[in-house]
Amino acid sequence: MVSFVLSDTKSASQPPSAAAYFVDRAFFLAAAAGAFAIIALVAYIIWEIGGQALPAISKNGAAFLVDTRWDVQGHSFGILPQIWGTLYSSLLALLIGGFIGITIAIFLTQDFLPPQIAIAFRTLIEMLAAIPSVVFGLWGIFVVIPFLRPGANWLHEHLGFIPFFGTSLSGPGMLPAVIVLAIMVLPTVAAISQDAIGLVPYKIKEAAYGMGTTRWEAILKVIVPTASGGIFSALVLGFGRALGETMALAMLIGNSNQISLSLFSPANTLASLLASNFPEAAAVERQALMYAALVLLAITLIVNVIGTMILVWTSRKMAKA
Amino acid sequence: MKRNLTIVMAAMVALATQMSQASAADLRLVGSGASFPFPIYSTWFKAFSKQTNGVTVDYQAKGSGAGIQDLINNTVDFAASDAAMTPEQIAKVDKGVVLLPMTAGEIVLAYNLPGQPTGLKLPRDVYPDIFLGKITRWNDPRIAAANPGITFPDLPITVVRRSDSSGTNFVFTKHLSAISPAFKEQVGFGTTVNWPSSDKIVAAPKNDGVTATIKQTPGAIGYIEWGYAKLTKANVALLQNKSGKYVAAGGEGGALALASADFPTDLIVWVDDPTDPGAYPIASFTWQLFYQKQDPQKADYLRKLVDYQLTEGQKIADSMGYIPLPPSVVEKVKAASAKIQ
Repeated sequence: MVSFVLSDTKSASQPPSAAAYFVDRAFFLAAAAGAFAIIALVAYIIWEIGGQALPAISKNGAAFLVDTRWDVQGHSFGILPQIWGTLYSSLLALLIGGFIGITIAIFLTQDFLPPQIAIAFRTLIEMLAAIPSVVFGLWGIFVVIPFLRPGANWLHEHLGFIPFFGTSLSGPGMLPAVIVLAIMVLPTVAAISQDAIGLVPYKIKEAAYGMGTTRWEAILKVIVPTASGGIFSALVLGFGRALGETMALAMLIGNSNQISLSLFSPANTLASLLASNFPEAAAVERQALMYAALVLLAITLIVNVIGTMILVWTSRKMAKA
Repeated sequence: MKRNLTIVMAAMVALATQMSQASAADLRLVGSGASFPFPIYSTWFKAFSKQTNGVTVDYQAKGSGAGIQDLINNTVDFAASDAAMTPEQIAKVDKGVVLLPMTAGEIVLAYNLPGQPTGLKLPRDVYPDIFLGKITRWNDPRIAAANPGITFPDLPITVVRRSDSSGTNFVFTKHLSAISPAFKEQVGFGTTVNWPSSDKIVAAPKNDGVTATIKQTPGAIGYIEWGYAKLTKANVALLQNKSGKYVAAGGEGGALALASADFPTDLIVWVDDPTDPGAYPIASFTWQLFYQKQDPQKADYLRKLVDYQLTEGQKIADSMGYIPLPPSVVEKVKAASAKIQ
């Protein structure tokens, strides 16, 4: 029973009952166990992969990272083309997907559209994330590549001296892979950026208008910089998504172990290498693949660390300014 | 994806049959391995499970390498492989192995040219050079000379190869190595090989991936199983065999190629370059692998399974895009199946 008038003898504050105390402890323990389980799981995965990769690491050493041949017969393995392809495709995809994603986020949060329509748009973009990877791959083969081919070959013929257009696009290659990858990272970037921009207090916007800024000045000079931390995490997450994408890339990038600046030439990525070779790999190749998986993990980790460092650095700089 | 669905469906069917037979003596025969013969194997195993009371055969198309691994690790009752087994692998199976060729397939060169001309002829000194990246354009005089009826566009040749390791790779590269010393030296043969590096050699996963890429790329050529080419109505080239004749896949050529095979006692034989004048040049058997020693009841049903595949099974091979085993081979395999004890 709730009584609003307190008797003189009874204090409003009571020590927690045994049940409340128990629930509190149980919740704390469950949360702690969950958190530790995640860390333990990551550690276990690294330990397991590392353990299986150990023979390949001791045999190939650091040469593995700079060698360009993946020779199953000769037992000599190197993943430089795959590292290059992974970083090149992910960076380009982030450039395109990130730009469009942030633009969409601004468009949907800054009162350009009636709220209902903005929500509908948002749901639509988030639905992109639910499309299976293999469907993106097929869409890439049957729609994106034929669509890109004439333009790409025109660029190659007329501007072929620029390294980016150095080869003609026959089918699978870097550009179709990048475009499909950009669409795949778009929902991640757009959704998190929207949340970040949405969190900027309304007062800040009002203050900016009060200072006499135009709408675009307010957006670009006040709101986006204020939300930059969140937008940046969106980009880092999107980059992580691009690094690990497997099936669509295996279908679109051409799986050719070469290092080329050309956007129209086939390439390979680490995830695609793993997907293609794992099912039938014999012992020695399996160890090398585990090593490659370890390198992919390390790249993802390094990207995240660099991302966090830049984030800390920019927020410090902004705090000073 | 389609194959995964089929596996799921097969598993569900197997489960359903199992449940309905729960009262009868229940024996499950588990196999894994090659994906190329999966369509015909699953049809066979389903039919065999249906007609044999109390026995269910499950097969997982994991790939030849994985099947061999499972056999060595004792996790299956039988396995299947397009690349047979190497002596080292056989030595690892302490229960002993019986290798039985069960069906055979042809590998075709599918191509995509503007205007879709059919009946492209490829001489045996030309197609290895295409896959070596030495012939790079369709209007190359060596291609044109063999095909007076076709006007070739000035288009680069895009070679589409498999990105994953596979028995198809093994059979195709073994054939190219047999007919071209240059190919043998530069690329060699195996389930995965080092293809020449070129921006006009691209790779796609699985037979379906290669087929789709060829279909979508003007100027593409690639190697796939005949069954896939048949299914997708892809244009396939006539290949010149050892005696100089141009032979199309899917006809008598496959059976003629296999007839020339001279079986040793372990039944591992490769038809790298068949000599028969009517033979299609790239054909190969695919094997099922059994233990020599096991539970007598299992052995009994495994022998029955082999027998079913050799008799009833061979009748549907042709319609499913595989080559029926020649009668002489069937006899040899039947005799060898007695070793499963």
